[in-house]
Amino acid sequence: MLDAAPSKKPLVEVRNLKMHFPIYAGLLRRRVGEVKAVDGVSFDVYEGETLGLVGESGCGKSTCGRALLRLYEVTDGSITIDGVDIATLSNSDLREKRPTMQMVFQDPQASLNPRMTVQAIIQEPLDEHTTLSTKEKQQKVYELMDAVGLNRRFAGRYPHAFSGGQRQRIGIARALALNPKFIVCDEPIAALDVSIQAQVVNLLEDLQEQFGLTYLFISHDLSMVRHIATRVAVMYLGKIVELAPREALYASPLHPYTEALLSAVPEPDPSLEAKVERIILQGDVPSPANPPKGCNFCTRCPKVMPICREVEPQTREVRPGHFAACHLHEITSQPAGKTAAQEANERQHGE
Amino acid sequence: MHDGGRPVLEVQGLKTVFRVRGGEIHAVNNVSFDLKPGELLGVVGESGSGKSVTMMSLLGLLPSPPAEVRDGKVLLDGQDLLKADEDTLRDVRGGKVGFIFQDPMTSLNPVFTVGYQIMEPLRKHMGMDKKAAKARAVELLELVGIPSAEQRLSDYPHQFSGGMRQRVMIAIALSCDPKVLIADEPTTALDVTIQAQIIELMKELRQKLGMAVIWITHDLGVIAGIADRVMVMYGGQVVEHAPVRELFGNPQHPYTKALLKTVPSVRGERVRRLTIIEGQPPILGAPPSSCPFRDRCASAVEECARRNPSRTAIGKGHDVACVLVEQKEAAHA
Repeated sequence: MLDAAPSKKPLVEVRNLKMHFPIYAGLLRRRVGEVKAVDGVSFDVYEGETLGLVGESGCGKSTCGRALLRLYEVTDGSITIDGVDIATLSNSDLREKRPTMQMVFQDPQASLNPRMTVQAIIQEPLDEHTTLSTKEKQQKVYELMDAVGLNRRFAGRYPHAFSGGQRQRIGIARALALNPKFIVCDEPIAALDVSIQAQVVNLLEDLQEQFGLTYLFISHDLSMVRHIATRVAVMYLGKIVELAPREALYASPLHPYTEALLSAVPEPDPSLEAKVERIILQGDVPSPANPPKGCNFCTRCPKVMPICREVEPQTREVRPGHFAACHLHEITSQPAGKTAAQEANERQHGE
Repeated sequence: MHDGGRPVLEVQGLKTVFRVRGGEIHAVNNVSFDLKPGELLGVVGESGSGKSVTMMSLLGLLPSPPAEVRDGKVLLDGQDLLKADEDTLRDVRGGKVGFIFQDPMTSLNPVFTVGYQIMEPLRKHMGMDKKAAKARAVELLELVGIPSAEQRLSDYPHQFSGGMRQRVMIAIALSCDPKVLIADEPTTALDVTIQAQIIELMKELRQKLGMAVIWITHDLGVIAGIADRVMVMYGGQVVEHAPVRELFGNPQHPYTKALLKTVPSVRGERVRRLTIIEGQPPILGAPPSSCPFRDRCASAVEECARRNPSRTAIGKGHDVACVLVEQKEAAHA
């Protein structure tokens, strides 16, 4: 099901998405700068696929996911979901589009109202967006609870009576209530135990097959993303540095950051673990309020070149379907003709 | 890396109970283990399996009430910590036994400088004067890889990043040359690239300083790379205990087997579907009279409901608490 080639029709098209948050400081609370949480991100999500979005904390992956559903007013760029540009839609038009796009949040404890019963939580989207009768709604809630594997008898209970994994199921049922096409899963398993994580991931896969859903799966867990995603995008400091089909990315990463990230994942097998060649990155991620000049990764990159500190690399399709934004591959992928990178290199040598 | 010498820490039959409204929670049931000088013992388990509570019980770190350490012995260099008075315990905490907590954001005091917090145990436990303590603090920060250590002493925790704060925590834990270092999920709150840094640092420090370490985690990958021996906990008790290669290569308890299968890997074959463990971990309202894992166990038999199996040795340093394994061993004998 997941391994089948997805239909090549993009459901979501994101172009040059920017999400900057202003910083105010001083006595007069003047605007002194901005946090560039998401800084020019472009990608497509094809119908029926799962796009994994990975990166370390603070890289902007969650902000990107939220901006996609316009939970923020985006700074710049366009987001086309199902043929409509969400980024510029008026509030009332946006409300009509909401049923097609839903979200599953990270913390099932915080994203469910403790004063509402499970029935009320799952029914709320139906109250807001449909004209079903009370009885029809009740029936729909039961169907949803069946679909996510919750016992119908628990419809009258409150969230505190459920465990973490069950709460996440309630959150998923709520997201499914309006038959969405596209669901953003923002770290849906990060707060769960190892044995429960697998339950929720399998559930998400089953639901995808059953309802033909398209997921954007945001996570820092590279091994889970490898399991669930069709294609994977790697973010670093507000930009996508690499985007490729799952196997291509894990087998032959192009960007030095992806390489380091993958090598840092511990291997749950001592004999394999001893063989892993680890690239230990030095230092921390720079502040998104003050990103370095040139390539964002140049301060930690083990393969840094002079040009990386000067010119920002462009995203290129190095191999079919495999995109990377790195000067290393700009040069090798374009032997003929001058690229911006080569020109800058020559300029430096000339000086 | 370590010889069979006399254990530096020995825990026997530890039982910890929390009194709650309308009953008791039996968080730790009859846990026994030992720790030899210089070795690293990994403790794996899900939340609620009792791994943190066990370690907190050792040093009397749990608030009482509601917690009560009901039974057992904790021998540190032959001295029973459960019978020790508060003054002795205070000497042990941060002295002979160092502690690293999970969350570097909340375990440092935000209103004191980092330097003050490193110097505090040095002055209390080692009786150093201010100057000596400061010199040692600089040394420690350099040891854990914090650049320009001397200037950073006067910084506050919020001026450090997450990984740097965890390094400061490690420096504090190491300050009095502990014999035993207890690290409770030290890398869980960190990103993978920072986690890799901290794990490398710990490996290096262990060789340099030769202390024994207890490393608590839920991440089997971390354990595979760092531990000498592993103890798997479930429902407040030890279900399997073995040298690290033996545990990953020849797991015997159904829980360990299932746990190893649920975790996908970034290398090697990709599984089409994850194996799951159905159900939820138990909440123990009474001392278990049956196997705590039986409700979720795929190979449970009738006998599992009748009694709680005790740990049976099945090989060199490998023991398992499972009825099925007991039966298999009995058939062999």
